[in-house]
Amino acid sequence: MRIKVLGPGCTNCVNLERVTRRAVADLGIQATIEKVTDYPTIVGYGVMSTPALVVDEQLVLAGRVPTASAVRELLTARGGTTGASEVRPRARR
Amino acid sequence: MSVADHVPATRRGQVGLLGLAAASWLGAYVLNGQVWNGLLYDVVGLDPSARLTETLHFFVYDSIKIVLLLSGIIFLVTVLRSYMSIERTRALLGGRREGVGNVMAAGLGVVTPFCSCSAVPAFIGFVAAGVPIGVTLSFLIASPMVNEIAIGMLLTLFGWEITAIYILAGLTVAVGAGWVLGRLGVERWVEPFVFETRLGGQLVDPAAGLTFDQRIQMGVEEVGTILRKIWPYLLVGIGLGAVIHGWVPTSFFTTYAGADNATGVLVAVAIGVPLYSNAAGVMPLVQALYDKGLPMGTLLAFMMAVVALSLPEMILLRRVLKPQLLGAYIAVVATGIVVVGYLFNALLA
Repeated sequence: MRIKVLGPGCTNCVNLERVTRRAVADLGIQATIEKVTDYPTIVGYGVMSTPALVVDEQLVLAGRVPTASAVRELLTARGGTTGASEVRPRARR
Repeated sequence: MSVADHVPATRRGQVGLLGLAAASWLGAYVLNGQVWNGLLYDVVGLDPSARLTETLHFFVYDSIKIVLLLSGIIFLVTVLRSYMSIERTRALLGGRREGVGNVMAAGLGVVTPFCSCSAVPAFIGFVAAGVPIGVTLSFLIASPMVNEIAIGMLLTLFGWEITAIYILAGLTVAVGAGWVLGRLGVERWVEPFVFETRLGGQLVDPAAGLTFDQRIQMGVEEVGTILRKIWPYLLVGIGLGAVIHGWVPTSFFTTYAGADNATGVLVAVAIGVPLYSNAAGVMPLVQALYDKGLPMGTLLAFMMAVVALSLPEMILLRRVLKPQLLGAYIAVVATGIVVVGYLFNALLA
């Protein structure tokens, strides 16, 4: 699973990254977490309010910092059950 | 550990908890003055008429009063604002022409939840959706300048007339400045990459799909976030307010910065621009200066200059605006604020 945290580096973006790392650790999944600070790339995902979260190139959240449990739910919905990796087909809602 | 873990699961429990929170807030607000009167004057036995005591009383009483007011207002504003988003605002502004667009953008700038770190993506997103540059600038000016938290504070501290003046003045500057900049044909002063960026992907509306619990939780968390961020400004503001309240004679300000002083507003704006704080942080200072007879137009100009023109936001906007447009933006907004200051000093005199 490839996770990207989108944001220019403000407090909220740092918070979202922390919450996401905790959610990933809680779920025990394998995931890469990457920070995207470049504005054209951020807007390229359709994001206008930062911070935002992209899972496997899909925008799943924008404009707020959720709780770690909410991120856990988002990741699980995207196929992030225990042991899931990039070979697993992407789950769609 | 998040707030959500402590919230009861049943609707009745939630309403009860909210009611309890509201009641303790009201109780603390009402008791604040009496507790300090009793503690400082009766228990410690300080002389209520002594200057130092008065300053101390002002400081502790005002600190708690402002923190209580801020907490209540930030909570309410955040919960209400969670129903709006930049994405919805853009959908409303798409295809609007200048004029009507400027007025709508300024109004939406007030109610849309917006953090200055989103200024650049929002600017690019608006332009990519075909919102004219001037209309986009009206939104970006109104958003920090007419701040709901400031509205709440002004309403409780100064009454509805001054609050209405503040809202009207801020909107006028935002509409006027955005319109003037739009008329200047400033597209050539926008960094080219803005026009080349295409909005891809699927839009996620932050305002959609939230439960009421989540909105309440956002409110509680926002109170913590903002108070953690602004407490140094608050303490400095209230401290300065306390010193002014106790030690500076009223005649000092009315002589040097009264309504009849032609340069008062200019000086207030010149001091306000380099200061970086938000509306909540400058409110205690504004209150103390108002008590000392400083005219409201001058104070509103000072407050607007502090919140609307700040160095960090200018640095952010420089990413999308060329220096010419950034300079024009600062000049037009500053001029608008100065005009508002003089106008209201004249009207309220």
